[in-house]
Amino acid sequence: MTPYAAFVWPAWGITALVLGAVAARTLIAARRWDRALKAAEGGDR
Amino acid sequence: MKALTILWRRELALAWAGGGGPLLACAFFLTLTALVPLTVGGSPEALTPLSGGVAWLALALASTLSLERLFERDFEDGALDLIALGSAPLELVVVAKAKAQWLAVGVPLALTAPVAAIALGLPVALAPLTALTALIGSLGFALTGALGAALALGSKRGGLLIAVVVLPLYIPPVVFGSGALTRAADGADPWPATALLAAYVLFAAVITPFAGAAAIRNAQG
Amino acid sequence: MFGLANPQKFMAFTRPLQPVLWLAAVGLLAAGTWLSFAAPADYQQGDTVRIMFVHAPAATMGLGAYAALGVSSLFALIWRHPLADAAARAAALPGAAFTALALITGSLWGQPMWGTWWVWDARLTSVLVLFLFYLGYMALRASIDDEQKAARAAAVLALVGLINLPIVKFSVDWWNTLHQPASLLRAGGSSLDPAYLWPLLTMMAAYGMLFAAIWITAIRTVVTRRRVMTLRARAAMEA
Repeated sequence: MTPYAAFVWPAWGITALVLGAVAARTLIAARRWDRALKAAEGGDR
Repeated sequence: MKALTILWRRELALAWAGGGGPLLACAFFLTLTALVPLTVGGSPEALTPLSGGVAWLALALASTLSLERLFERDFEDGALDLIALGSAPLELVVVAKAKAQWLAVGVPLALTAPVAAIALGLPVALAPLTALTALIGSLGFALTGALGAALALGSKRGGLLIAVVVLPLYIPPVVFGSGALTRAADGADPWPATALLAAYVLFAAVITPFAGAAAIRNAQG
Repeated sequence: MFGLANPQKFMAFTRPLQPVLWLAAVGLLAAGTWLSFAAPADYQQGDTVRIMFVHAPAATMGLGAYAALGVSSLFALIWRHPLADAAARAAALPGAAFTALALITGSLWGQPMWGTWWVWDARLTSVLVLFLFYLGYMALRASIDDEQKAARAAAVLALVGLINLPIVKFSVDWWNTLHQPASLLRAGGSSLDPAYLWPLLTMMAAYGMLFAAIWITAIRTVVTRRRVMTLRARAAMEA
């Protein structure tokens, strides 16, 4: 890899970081509102 | 259409603002121009290649100046609702405001543009071309700017928001306008670029009325 | 497809679909990553060619997400499709993220390739402009308090942006021919070495699948959230 490693790893690293963050944010929000729905529906019955 | 004529005269008077509108815009334009050599150095070698482009940059920025107030004032005091209820279609109202903006602010800026460009080192022979392209370009800025102003109605941070929305849309006229100057400075034919600039303005003239009216109706709820 | 307009039907349809999309995305990303690093180093670019495998898909998806945003906005404005507005909004953040990644990885690719962190060539400049379009959309949406009004204004802007995008791209290409940048190395040459085709295609598919997974999940979240708000309002009234 030698001199180019300093560019390749950060490129892949930032990609993993950003995409991971967006995915995580999406999934966490989904989980949160699913739980809220169960609570809202459960409380109604 | 009588309503439209009355409206048109009103818009022109408002935009002109007793001469304060164009004067302010031109003053801003010249101030920006003065800042350029102060930031990049005053030598002709540094400035002349940039002169046309920087003049266009300053023209675009100065054109976004009074956009915030284009619809805002009427929106806030209810005049826009009255106008919308009137016999003139909202689409034409948008065009009238854009045209008034162009005549009161855009044209004075366009006439100042050659002065600014020459001050930055543009060859004097290119002054007429600068004025012509700036006249056409500023009409495009007024049309697209009116669209941005309509979209930002009812938002906070109107001025900066309009600029962020509108400046990317200003890219085609800025590229073609300054490109025409670059071609002419290189001794090539500037007319294809000028034609592209005019084409953009026609395009904006079609989009702005409909999108702008839709935006206003949305803001009125 | 219009049957999916009904939020209930949409939720029912996407419920089994969602985990499939995520699994497919993860699988393709893993496969693509492996292929990208297993591929031989380019005789000209060395290992930096591996950056292409995260750069090109990011640029493509940035554009694809904007198309999704634009089409959703069209449905929202003209057909008043109830889910369309949610779909537009859901596409914005991932799309902007892909575009930003395209810029960053492009810069990291450019430094070893051309010796500079940024090059004002037609492609990178166009991607930058696309990023600005995303920023404008998100800024407009965030700055209007009334959520419905913000959504419609943003939809108009998205459509204006979609129509303007080819024109801006054309003007940037035209501008590029005007100001020839000094000896630009044409990345990758005209035909792609087949050894690089598979990693590239896999990563492209992976990014597409990832966007689909994020997008569908986010739209589902909007539907769920709306339902929760309605239930809470009803409970508050009946209390």
